Amino acid sequence: MITTLLSGDRMGSRALTAILAAIVLALAFAPFIFPGTRALDVAAKVCVFVLLVASYDLLLGYTGIVSFAHTMFFGIGGYGVAIALSRMEVGWAALAAGTLAALALSLALSFLIGLFSLRVKAIFFAMITLAVASFFQILASQLSGLTGGEDGLTFRIPELLRPRLAAYYLVFGAALALFLALLRVVNSPFGRVLLSIRENEFRAEALGYRTVVYRTIANCLGALVATLAGALYALWLRYTGPNTTLDFAIMIDILLMVVIGGMGTMYGAVIGAAIFVVAQNYLQAGMKALSESLKGAPLLPELFHPDRWLLWLGVLFVLSVYYFPRGIVGQLRAVR
Amino acid sequence: MKSIDWKPPLLVLAVLLGALLLIGSPSTWFTLTVAGVAMGLLIFLMAAGLTLVFGLMDVMNFAHGVFIAVGAYVAVSAMKLASGAAGADSLLVNLGALVPAMLAAALAGGLLGLFFERVIIRPVYGQHLKQILITTGGMIVAEQLIHVLWGPDILQLARPAALKGSFLLGDMALEKFRLSAVVIGLAVFAAMLVLLNRTRIGLLIRAGVENKEMVEAMGYRIRRLFVAVFVAGSALAGLGGALWGMYQESVTVHIGASMMVLIFIVIIIGGLGSVLGCFTGALLVGLVANYIGFLSPKVALGSNILLMVLVLLWRPQGLYAVGK
Repeated sequence: MITTLLSGDRMGSRALTAILAAIVLALAFAPFIFPGTRALDVAAKVCVFVLLVASYDLLLGYTGIVSFAHTMFFGIGGYGVAIALSRMEVGWAALAAGTLAALALSLALSFLIGLFSLRVKAIFFAMITLAVASFFQILASQLSGLTGGEDGLTFRIPELLRPRLAAYYLVFGAALALFLALLRVVNSPFGRVLLSIRENEFRAEALGYRTVVYRTIANCLGALVATLAGALYALWLRYTGPNTTLDFAIMIDILLMVVIGGMGTMYGAVIGAAIFVVAQNYLQAGMKALSESLKGAPLLPELFHPDRWLLWLGVLFVLSVYYFPRGIVGQLRAVR
Repeated sequence: MKSIDWKPPLLVLAVLLGALLLIGSPSTWFTLTVAGVAMGLLIFLMAAGLTLVFGLMDVMNFAHGVFIAVGAYVAVSAMKLASGAAGADSLLVNLGALVPAMLAAALAGGLLGLFFERVIIRPVYGQHLKQILITTGGMIVAEQLIHVLWGPDILQLARPAALKGSFLLGDMALEKFRLSAVVIGLAVFAAMLVLLNRTRIGLLIRAGVENKEMVEAMGYRIRRLFVAVFVAGSALAGLGGALWGMYQESVTVHIGASMMVLIFIVIIIGGLGSVLGCFTGALLVGLVANYIGFLSPKVALGSNILLMVLVLLWRPQGLYAVGK
């Protein structure tokens, strides 16, 4: 049954299976294993980012297109829920309306961007999405009447979700279901066509697949899932603002997670997001100790300053692109 | 030489005239035009290297913004060292501080560019996806290193005393610094045109953009040429970053990343790989940003994207498409 659930996507390594099982179990029982608000926050963030990174992997790892607009769709989901819940009567109707409106907007935007720029080179698409995403970020901070500007929006959520436990299991369940759905997509005939486009676009086209159509569909799918991830994150935080959704720094985080976890493997998203979010929250304490022990040495304390954690993940990122293009998952599979 | 396609320059002219009609007052229009041209030329400085590098080697460097940031930060340090000369009352003494600072910024950009080309980009020639990833990773690391070296705070970058304030020409106010930026930008553009059109190296670069394999078949080492262009482009980005920092009078590490968006828009509008297109695109972006900023500030932020969409609808490959 598990094989069916995973759509027959083989792990290919005992160690990988063990790690994944540990992460999933830890997330499933997080409220009971790790007491405290902060730990639960970290667990919920891992769930949301697993989903977000997996949807990005569909683009980067499976289709071979680099988009810098993924945070834009993440933000649309967050703002959709936030605007609906802060303007309409708090309840399921508002939640549904906000989510659906956000999905519709994301679909339209991703379709337009795809149609406009997926015909040409990967580089062109990357540049266009960067420009559009930065424009959207400015737009969100300018339309302060609608979006709350730089301050963002704080809102109330439906009664049933107010206990943290209920909200957590909504986030966990939805993330799990959508992740399994993404696994289904990449292991379907459609997913195989995407892979073939990544490997050899010319040949895929010659075999009769209209690559533009497939790429556009993948782009739209990725955008829709990112939108849902944004909506979930907003529900968990009960807040949406530019810094939690649209910031370019989050785009960088997603890239780091995909590449370090392993591009084109889906499971890499789980590992990458888990490592990254945990590092983000707990690595700084370790670096602080290291930095203080190095006091007096020139430059070293600054290099290990807690705020410089991104430096080391960046180095890891560059090394993985060169030496482990399939990331942690690829390494584990190679070892067996 | 091929005859030049005059439609894009005419478009710039149309924008100039149209803005004059919409704004009405010639003195306001003139002030805005000078500001727009200054901004456009600074963007051109920063973008020229990127577009040439793409044209020559099909490499897109997403870390180009780091060269800009490094140039700006080096200029901050250099101007601080020479703060006595920069604050003096005479233009000549000021230049004694400004010129070395600009050269240092360009040098720093160039050196970093050399390092990037050798270490980061060289292993991933011909692989677009990896190029985008690796240069983005390089940008993350380099930005963090800037934080390590210069600290995370916003730094002030004062203009030299003689370039503060503005001239009054009738009822038109002209900021001195903007005029200097125009002068420097035009000088670099002229030098680049001479280099590209009147020298042997320029001939090889232009030929390389048109048809790389043919140049190689003729026995020229296009790799070496490419490294030179990459370093020169990075140096120009460093210089542009220093000037842009002075234009804004403050420097943060995001100066490069925020310029990258404008630079991408400019080189897409111009046509990837085309220097002339880059120049025209930069002027258009600078002018439109200033005009719209005056006419309706709300729309200003989106004006660049709008401009890009309109240009691409007219010419999908950019103003001057480079034949591949």
